[in-house]
Amino acid sequence: MTKLLSMNRRNFLQASAAGVAAGLIGSPAAAQTALTVGFIYVGPKDDYGYNQAHAEGAAVIKKMPGITLVEEENVPETVDVQKTMESMINLDGATLLFPTSFGYFDPHMLAMAAKYPKIQFRHCGGLWQESKNPMNTGSYFGYIGQGQYLNGIAAAYATKSKKIGFVAAKPIPQVVQNINSFLLGARSVDPTITCQVIFTGEWSLAVKEAEATNALVDQGADVITCHVDSPKVVVETAAGRGAFVCGYHANQSALAKDKYLTGAEWAWGNVYTNFIKAAQSGGKLGNFVRGGLKDGFVKMSPLGPAVSAEGRKKFEATLAEIMSGKFSVFKGPIKDNKGNVVVTAGTAFAEDAIELESMGYLVEGVVGSTS
Amino acid sequence: MTVEANDPGLSIASGSGASLRPILEWLARRAEPVAIGLVAILIGLALFSLFILAVGKSPVTLFQLMYTGGFGSWFSIQNSLSRAAPLLLTALCVALPARLGLVIIGAEGAVVLGGVSAAASAMPFVGIVPPIVLFVFMGFAAMVVGGIWIGFAGFLRHYRGVNETISSLLLAYIAIALMNQFVEGLLRDPASLNKPSTKPLPKEYMLGHIPGMDVHWGLVIGVVACILSWVLIEITSFGFAARIAGGNVRAAQIQGLPVGKLIVGFTAIAGGFAGLAGMIEVAAVQGSANASLAAGYGYTGILVAFLARHNPLAIIPVAILLGGIAASGGLIQRRMGLPDATVLVLQGTLFIVILFCETFYGRFKIFNPDLWKRSL
Repeated sequence: MTKLLSMNRRNFLQASAAGVAAGLIGSPAAAQTALTVGFIYVGPKDDYGYNQAHAEGAAVIKKMPGITLVEEENVPETVDVQKTMESMINLDGATLLFPTSFGYFDPHMLAMAAKYPKIQFRHCGGLWQESKNPMNTGSYFGYIGQGQYLNGIAAAYATKSKKIGFVAAKPIPQVVQNINSFLLGARSVDPTITCQVIFTGEWSLAVKEAEATNALVDQGADVITCHVDSPKVVVETAAGRGAFVCGYHANQSALAKDKYLTGAEWAWGNVYTNFIKAAQSGGKLGNFVRGGLKDGFVKMSPLGPAVSAEGRKKFEATLAEIMSGKFSVFKGPIKDNKGNVVVTAGTAFAEDAIELESMGYLVEGVVGSTS
Repeated sequence: MTVEANDPGLSIASGSGASLRPILEWLARRAEPVAIGLVAILIGLALFSLFILAVGKSPVTLFQLMYTGGFGSWFSIQNSLSRAAPLLLTALCVALPARLGLVIIGAEGAVVLGGVSAAASAMPFVGIVPPIVLFVFMGFAAMVVGGIWIGFAGFLRHYRGVNETISSLLLAYIAIALMNQFVEGLLRDPASLNKPSTKPLPKEYMLGHIPGMDVHWGLVIGVVACILSWVLIEITSFGFAARIAGGNVRAAQIQGLPVGKLIVGFTAIAGGFAGLAGMIEVAAVQGSANASLAAGYGYTGILVAFLARHNPLAIIPVAILLGGIAASGGLIQRRMGLPDATVLVLQGTLFIVILFCETFYGRFKIFNPDLWKRSL
């Protein structure tokens, strides 16, 4: 570890000298390879979830030549994150920053981007808009709903009770879309399946997540998935109760063993590698970067032993269809769980459809309410 | 010891020492908390160094980084001050009731509700009144709501016999649930899709930075609040009565002091300050009320207040010190590869050692004013 430390410090000195030059990213004269990159996480880097997925992506670019990686975990969405960004810029010489939590975007990252116009900021999850946001900022995200659709297919073949469960943090569009995708995937196999959803109200609240998981299993759900920052508690609780599990954010198969069917994972390593390559070659970083399974932004955990041969076949066929780019998760007619038609017959939303970004309804078959 | 010191036979005043005597007495009294506090911090740092050695890192590097990150440059100092600003007010929320012998740990609740009420009260007036008037509205609304929240814990304590520590903590959870309910429902800006928030304040209605500094006005408000609180406790008769009630409730009641009013009054003022911290978070940092308000300032404030021994003036340096530790925490993570929890270990070690060193008060003769009375 001491050796590692001295390496970091030496690299740091080199990189901070080079960082001054790299500050002019985009200008042809600054085609330097040395680059200091800062990553900021809202929770611990080893949370088996949202933050771990980003930290794994950061670990990929750390191995690239000329890259000095600086990371900070557990940074709240307050003035703290603004100061962390400034500290990385001023003290570490970082010229490309990835503040990875949704709440870092507005006002924190935007304030720093205005203050440091030569530094590049790329944010996970936000909706960068050319009319409103400066050009040294941008946002990237993945269409992970496709992964939850595939989770749903695996769940449909595993469930005996025809009831599956979803532990959700907050009733916001990104989460609601995952819940709907999970059930639509399951219903593509068996239209009698229902999905009970419980919202915990917080991104990270272990006690409530455990309670919610237990409540779902008590009500007969035998496959559980979730959308919270750290799925660890949900996965362990569900597997401990004998339910099957579909993962989210990162690979949780080590926590559920045989009970793990598959999981929708981020593949940030690819996304970050692309950003770094662009930055090092003096190219454009892109301000609005989106992609799904096909683009390598999202990946599926390897199928677990509990997935039947039949399930594997359907899973792989659907995956191939998604990879071909011709697949829509939200294909009309779809009704919400109050009986209103939300997607008319004949309408099929592509994964980048703007309508999906503001989804507020739960589809028919989801037991639960967003308010 | 006291008997010995009061022995008139030992107290010999000489002509030349007579003028120095009051100064030395005053110094002896004031030096005690400073000296014990500093020694406690040194012991804490020494113990923490052992911990750092145990995980195979260099304490020297660590302390150098702490200095660089916390206070080593103008940027670092401003970083520390920015982080200290909300702690000044939340520490007062603990320190003021503590002078009455109450342990209030629910400042977080007053912070989040203060933030929500500030944002809500601003909504109808944005664009109608000038910013300064709006800040007064927002601050007033936040202080009233925060005051009611913590004042309620004080009320329950005095009139219903409910333990204020537990009730204030539980009220904090209720407050966070209420905040979520408001910002995700009634007060939600429909444009805030994936992070439910109230409607953001326009730029010109944001509480700006102190001129020449990259620190928002919350720091000044916090320092003024600490000074006012010190005056309240040390100089006014209201504060004197509170200290008596804090020392011995029965004695205060026998004296005819309105203990119930004191408790509710002090807890309400304390909650008002925490509510104000929430208003500043909205007006100076976030621009709107949302879940980021529950960032733990209320809980760090407990640490600050205890380290400052509930002295409002001592809160100022202690908050800046903890702000500096927090500011350098990031640098330690980045340069040394230590986890974020390292800083928590340091905070915890300091907290325990300082509480432990409380037992040293009155043990050292050198700090006894009577010693100086008789030796000169």
